Amino acid sequence: MHANIEAMAGERILILDGAMGTMIQERKPDEATYRGDRFRDHPTDLAGNNELLSLTQPEMITDIHRAFIEAGADIICTNTFSASRISQADYDLQEICVELNLASTECARKAVESVDRPVWIAGAIGPTNQTASISPDVNDPGMRKVTFDDLALAYGEAAKALIEGGVDLILIETIFDTLNAKAAVYALETLRDEGVAVPPLMISGTITDRSGRTLTGQTPEAFWISLSHAKPFSVGLNCALGAAEMRPHIRALSDIADTRICAYPNAGLPNEMGGYDERPEETAAYLGAWADAGLVNIVGGCCGTTPDHIRAIAEAVRGKAPRNVPRFHPRLRLSGLEMFEADREEAAA
Amino acid sequence: MNVATFINIGERTNVTGSAKFKKLIMEGDYAAGLEVARSQVENGAQIIDVNMDEGLLESEQAMTTFLNLIASEPDISRVPVMIDSSKWSVIEAGLKCTQGKSVVNSISLKEGEEPFLEQARIIRRYGAAVVVMAFDEDGQAETAGHKFRICERSYRLLTEKAGFSPADIIFDPNIFAVATGIEEHNNYAVAFIEATKMIKERLPYAHVSGGLSNISFSFRGNNPVREAMHSVFLYHAIRAGLDMAIVNAGQITVYDDIPEELREHVEDVLLNRRDDATERLLAIADNYRGSGEAQKKADPKWREAPVEERLRHALVHGITEFVVDDTEECRQRAEKPLDVIEGPLMEGMNVVGDLFGAGKMFLPQVVKSARVMKAAVAHLIPFMEEEKKRSGDTSAKGRILMATVKGDVHDIGKNIVGVVLQCNNYDVVDLGVMVPTEDILEKAREEKVDIIGLSGLITPSLDRMVDVASEMKRAGFDLPLLIGGATTSKKHTALKIAPEYDHGVLHVDDASKAVGVVSRLLSRTARPDLLAEVAADQEKMRGSGSKEKARPVISIAQARANKFDGGFDSYSPPKPNVAGLQVFDNIPVDDIAPFIDWTPFFQTWEMSGGFPAILDDPDKGPAARDLYDNAQAMLKRVGNWFHPKAVIGLWPANSEGDDITVWASEARDRPQARFSMLRQQGRKSRDRPNLCLSDFIAPIGAPDWLGGFAVTAGPEVHEIANRFKEEGNDYDSIMVQALGDRLAEALAEAMHARVRKELWGYAPEETMSNNELISESYRGIRPAPGYPACPDHTGKRVLFDLLQAPKHVGIELTESCAMWPAASVSGLYFAHPGSSYFGVGRIGEDQVEDYARRRGVTVTEAETWLSPSLAYDAGARAAELKKTA
Repeated sequence: MHANIEAMAGERILILDGAMGTMIQERKPDEATYRGDRFRDHPTDLAGNNELLSLTQPEMITDIHRAFIEAGADIICTNTFSASRISQADYDLQEICVELNLASTECARKAVESVDRPVWIAGAIGPTNQTASISPDVNDPGMRKVTFDDLALAYGEAAKALIEGGVDLILIETIFDTLNAKAAVYALETLRDEGVAVPPLMISGTITDRSGRTLTGQTPEAFWISLSHAKPFSVGLNCALGAAEMRPHIRALSDIADTRICAYPNAGLPNEMGGYDERPEETAAYLGAWADAGLVNIVGGCCGTTPDHIRAIAEAVRGKAPRNVPRFHPRLRLSGLEMFEADREEAAA
Repeated sequence: MNVATFINIGERTNVTGSAKFKKLIMEGDYAAGLEVARSQVENGAQIIDVNMDEGLLESEQAMTTFLNLIASEPDISRVPVMIDSSKWSVIEAGLKCTQGKSVVNSISLKEGEEPFLEQARIIRRYGAAVVVMAFDEDGQAETAGHKFRICERSYRLLTEKAGFSPADIIFDPNIFAVATGIEEHNNYAVAFIEATKMIKERLPYAHVSGGLSNISFSFRGNNPVREAMHSVFLYHAIRAGLDMAIVNAGQITVYDDIPEELREHVEDVLLNRRDDATERLLAIADNYRGSGEAQKKADPKWREAPVEERLRHALVHGITEFVVDDTEECRQRAEKPLDVIEGPLMEGMNVVGDLFGAGKMFLPQVVKSARVMKAAVAHLIPFMEEEKKRSGDTSAKGRILMATVKGDVHDIGKNIVGVVLQCNNYDVVDLGVMVPTEDILEKAREEKVDIIGLSGLITPSLDRMVDVASEMKRAGFDLPLLIGGATTSKKHTALKIAPEYDHGVLHVDDASKAVGVVSRLLSRTARPDLLAEVAADQEKMRGSGSKEKARPVISIAQARANKFDGGFDSYSPPKPNVAGLQVFDNIPVDDIAPFIDWTPFFQTWEMSGGFPAILDDPDKGPAARDLYDNAQAMLKRVGNWFHPKAVIGLWPANSEGDDITVWASEARDRPQARFSMLRQQGRKSRDRPNLCLSDFIAPIGAPDWLGGFAVTAGPEVHEIANRFKEEGNDYDSIMVQALGDRLAEALAEAMHARVRKELWGYAPEETMSNNELISESYRGIRPAPGYPACPDHTGKRVLFDLLQAPKHVGIELTESCAMWPAASVSGLYFAHPGSSYFGVGRIGEDQVEDYARRRGVTVTEAETWLSPSLAYDAGARAAELKKTA
């Protein structure tokens, strides 16, 4: 049995891994690599379908996991960001999504078994390439290309496979539309009510730009209120922003959320070529300062972060106390795009 | 009663309630439907209710379409939605379209427990709050008792079996029509109000809502009577604890505007005061047809009154239409444009303020009044600027941002500094209390301020100030930073804040010095000198400070060996007459006022000198007497506004080392809570013990007791102070706050006396004058967490849990353990004859580590809360730890 992650999180700041996608790109797989033997004759292009590599090139994925573990990661995320039915439809591979989730979990497990310290596996669930809150047609704002039910079905299927594969955590990440994430939580709660042992949840939103809002317009506070019913193991932010831009939003969450805070920013903002230039020590310096300020419980990296980044980050937060998770009295909080709190005086005018 | 936090839910986007909205939706004109929603939000609806229950509609589809459309309108979707339907499928369709946390309206026990729980669990999966109707297998509850029983049963089911947080439950105990002519209906309003009271008292954290317009259903077509019924009903229901209602803001009127006769007749009906109430109201109802709020606005008659009255009318009724013309008319007659503001406009706002304070106007109406006021002031500003130019008085000398930092609610000092600066022609941008660092920085940029001033009263605020300073540095600011407030000091500023920021951090200890400092900072020539001077001083303090930090302390083991001897082998602690919790509600201000200690009151106003001597002081006497007279006059007024409350607890307790264990019962076998105390670690001369509060409680084996209390002058202090402030009446605003603080302290004194004489009863014969009380010559003490004898503010969390203070007296703790409302006092009671106040003083690393272990927190966290008491440099310790790790 695994060491208890809750106990460990009480003792120190935990380290999440870095960017799977970046590491895959470094290895420059070509169309044939993606296809492997099994999909040699698949009718559509498969290059770019990173999740497929868990089936066709499992050693590559396990190696990447291993590199992050060696760099100091306590939690590694399965290669399943786009392994749901909805995302795999782009490649006409929706029928193998259960298999993809199982294979990816297996890759992670192999890497974990090769070390003798506790490392936890988080089953990653990405946002899909659809949004439940925005119409794709500007002339018909009431229209939706994907429904809550579609999303809940797809998420439920992927999550069930991840849980069967034995993940220790479920990570709902890169949430740009909170309604999508609510469908994922709904699917997981339904599984739980059906008797499935759902592991602790990690929830991670994405503040898309300097507006300080999610793509669908919520403030970080409203985002948290909308998902707080999941009672997650952690809430936080990832992607889109570098650490420098992400800090105020992490602070906002840290002030309001009565759970652990998890932050894994990109290695800075992308350059003109779409690459990431921030050096490991730069990213690490920011995250080290967050730890000093008592803002975080779990840190790691998103796009552009390599094992070197993770090593530097682990070094920067070593020996620093994790944020103390606050306890609040129950209060009625609601949200639209912004948070609304009952019993709080609003200034007249 | 809490008028200021009353939530109004917009009701116009409801096909069952609005014929206009229904027509739009039936015709598929969703764009116009969106405009209805938008105007609701603009008019102050904090939640919008959406209902599509109409037989001829595809209700699920209509709900989906409308909510999807709202999602692309940020000025509507910024507020939460209440998904309102009697059909479960429509509710679920709505839940699938809202990314925010919505409210479901409603579910009930109508079909029994199973479907109720099933629906509740599904709602939980969507993460929504829920309205529960007082409806069960036997039908809709009509009596208060039945309403409450259903709510209590629902509460239990939801919290115990469906995983609901009690705060996510909103009860709707059914507002039914009264004055229907059917005798059984006569008590419906009373039943609702009584049920509301019971729910708020007995079901902690739950809220109460209702659909207002039902009450007046019998008077359809007679708007003036309906409006009167709505306002009178709200007036009473809010007092009973109603938190929110589905309200059409256009269908309520100003309570005091209701003609006496009508109000009395309406009150007779609503409160079921006489058998013939309905007939009597019916008899006069027709006389009022055509006099209602809508008519008042449209009725041109009020335009014939003198201009001052017209302005007042416009302010009270929130009519913007003619305000610019009327203001202009006044301006032409006035000597200075400012006279218009200080004269008729302020008079009008005072009327609004009084009505609001008395619960006779409601928040949305006051918002409208403020809007009218702003329009009038906006018209006058260009004239005032011109006037300034003419008089050679160039515009403001500089702009200063002021804020009380996040987690802290205290702002009297800040307000005083603000007023003093404004009087000296500086522009003050006041961000209020509990302001996050980001907002301070952002506003500072946006408003192009010249100086930032921070205020705070409690210890954790010191860290927040350090945080602001370091964030200012990170963000590349170069404005000077001023630090003020009761816990701040020159030394803390020099040691902790100034090193974080390079462009000047100045500690200002009182308002009178603020003007001098600000004017030097804004002078190009004086500024470099001042900054250099301050930096040099601070450097010197840092030099001596760090030496002083390493103050010698004895080991905690040695200190414990030298504890105070309570003589528990010969002394038997007195048993309280009344054990457990006692709540005291609505204590008259008149009963507390005699206990006021006036000396600190004068200190608040920066007038030092003891009371009453200060009244005869040759210099300060006249001003002090004037202030005292005004305070006495205000004290009479606040008597009607404030609702002071107290909760007292007396529990079996024993000391265990430096901890005090509070037992769950007199059996003393199950601990209920634990207070971890700190012990003095300074070197003592012979015979003097190293004190710790636990020394005053008997160790396990001998029965002893500990008391606790939390008292407040009430949230009205803030409401009224803010109201005055918004009116620009800073003087009365500060007066109200200062009196609120004094009354809270006085109430603490009064309750302590009562505890000694009656509740604990160990000094039944005690008779003391107020002066003797103030000099604390009685037996026993009441130290407060966060103060010298137990400097860790987090002790309040333990105390508040024991007292259930949020529930019983409405005091909440902020994340920094400040009490809200700020005019509150809490602490512990010790009855030991040898108990005395003391300061823990500096404590060593060994005690902090031991303390952290006892409290179950990390050493770093303990250090954060105890930072002013540490005898060593916690930063150095952390660095050391890092090296060895």
